[in-house]
Amino acid sequence: MLGVEGLSISFGGLAALSALSFEVAEREIFALIGPNGAGKSTVFNVVTGLYRPSAGRVRFRGQDLLRLPPHRIARRGIARTFQNTEVFRQLSALDNVLIGRHAHLRGGLVRGALGLPSVWREEAGARAVARALLERVGLAEVAGVEAGSLPLGSQKRLEIARALAAEPRLLLLDEPAGGLNPTETQAVMELIRRLRDEGGLTVLVVEHDMELVMGISDRVLVLNYGRRIASGSPREIAADPAVIEAYLGSEEA
Amino acid sequence: MRRAALVAGGAVLLAWPLLVPRYFVFLTSLIVVNAIVAIGLNLLSGYTNQLSFGHAGFFAVGAYVAAVLTVREPALPVVLTLALAGLATALVGLALGVPCLRLEGLYLAMATLAFGFVVVEAILNLDWLTRGNDGLAVPVARLGPLALASDAAKYYLVLAVGALMVAAAVNIARTRTGRALLAIRESEIAAQASGVHLAAYKTLAFAVSAFYTGVAGGLFAFVVGFISPDAFDVFLSVDFVAMIIVGGLGSIPGSILGAAVITLLYDWLAAFQNYRPLFFGLILIGCMLFMPGGIASRVPRRTPPAR
Repeated sequence: MLGVEGLSISFGGLAALSALSFEVAEREIFALIGPNGAGKSTVFNVVTGLYRPSAGRVRFRGQDLLRLPPHRIARRGIARTFQNTEVFRQLSALDNVLIGRHAHLRGGLVRGALGLPSVWREEAGARAVARALLERVGLAEVAGVEAGSLPLGSQKRLEIARALAAEPRLLLLDEPAGGLNPTETQAVMELIRRLRDEGGLTVLVVEHDMELVMGISDRVLVLNYGRRIASGSPREIAADPAVIEAYLGSEEA
Repeated sequence: MRRAALVAGGAVLLAWPLLVPRYFVFLTSLIVVNAIVAIGLNLLSGYTNQLSFGHAGFFAVGAYVAAVLTVREPALPVVLTLALAGLATALVGLALGVPCLRLEGLYLAMATLAFGFVVVEAILNLDWLTRGNDGLAVPVARLGPLALASDAAKYYLVLAVGALMVAAAVNIARTRTGRALLAIRESEIAAQASGVHLAAYKTLAFAVSAFYTGVAGGLFAFVVGFISPDAFDVFLSVDFVAMIIVGGLGSIPGSILGAAVITLLYDWLAAFQNYRPLFFGLILIGCMLFMPGGIASRVPRRTPPAR
């Protein structure tokens, strides 16, 4: 479903990704792991169109993504969350999710300004969807609260709800368990699993929390200095000497 | 409760010309005109985070389009004149908004500031149309058989147009377009990731803001009856910015309150013309230090009804 081929990008002469290739299959939970600065978030930023790579291709459901601006990529069915959270801080949680719904609403400037009945009907429908999504991630009680004042764990879940509001085919989660306590992490793992099992979503996840990675991934790709050092099932990865070396350092060092 | 307050307020506004002296009717018209500008500017600066110090330029375009149209075609219904003034200004806003897409913060402020100067120069140079520095007497607005000559008649025109534009702005702010603008202010990358077309909405904000300011400019021309380029200098742009900062960035009621406060202050300080920048500077600094959210932030917010 998502194909990345020979992706290279560098910042100020420093190679962030070098000739990276991988393939994510439909309904797969695919994890990208690696030490800090390995290029994991860079992959997300290239796939969602924020960065333009110097070489390589990104295909999504048979179409080339690299020509498209970020909002068009979103409309093709790719939604994401952000490592350090990018909630709309001064807006309510509900409004955050409603913005995630943007591409599915039709009310434009003039119809909105005139306040036509069709616009209010559409708004009511969107609100119902948004409330259901907040409920799903456990934030129904704080629908009216300013997003910036929510605790980090709630902001992470709010970003997932906002991403889901776009009804994506592929969900990119950047450290969904970052900063969460073990109970919250369990809840996020359960949510991701259900999204795939019941919603048919494909999930690409970047995560440091090994419990989450090992617990829910079908396949794992390990990056170090922008290169693939290993890939395979969680069990294979855990036993791979290159991975152990990247994480723990080699014995000679 | 809220509906009752609205009805009472509306009744007072309708009876206003019967209740107060003529000068206050005129002053109220100016407040409403400025409130329309402030709402337009707020949609651009408060909602979309694009600062403009050139709104006196849009205001001038609207005023001159309405005035010249009325000079050439005195029988044109005023509603049509105002719509044309708004649309012409919106086109100018589009033309400015597209090159401004690459600018933010101070650079955008500089570009819009320069735009304000360009408009004044253009008015001076097009003197065959605008009569340049001599200024232009604006004929009385007409609506079919009605000639809107008295202060009260002008007031009702301003009030009706103002009410429509406030209602439209409230609707825009509550629906998809307003949310997209706010999303851009809050996080451009998250807005894009949610499918919001940044360039389209930023340009749209410019056009809508210019439309509001252009309509207000047209109303201003009819209310004062005489316009000349020196009325649209850079200080007017600063006044408009002061209105939304005092009233509250990103708030429509705040825009109206801010317009009222600044317009009244301007009136009271008329005797101290030379000190105006000093007073306004102090007010702005005080506002940013002690009330960064403007007046609107000091009014307790209603909790949205659960639906």
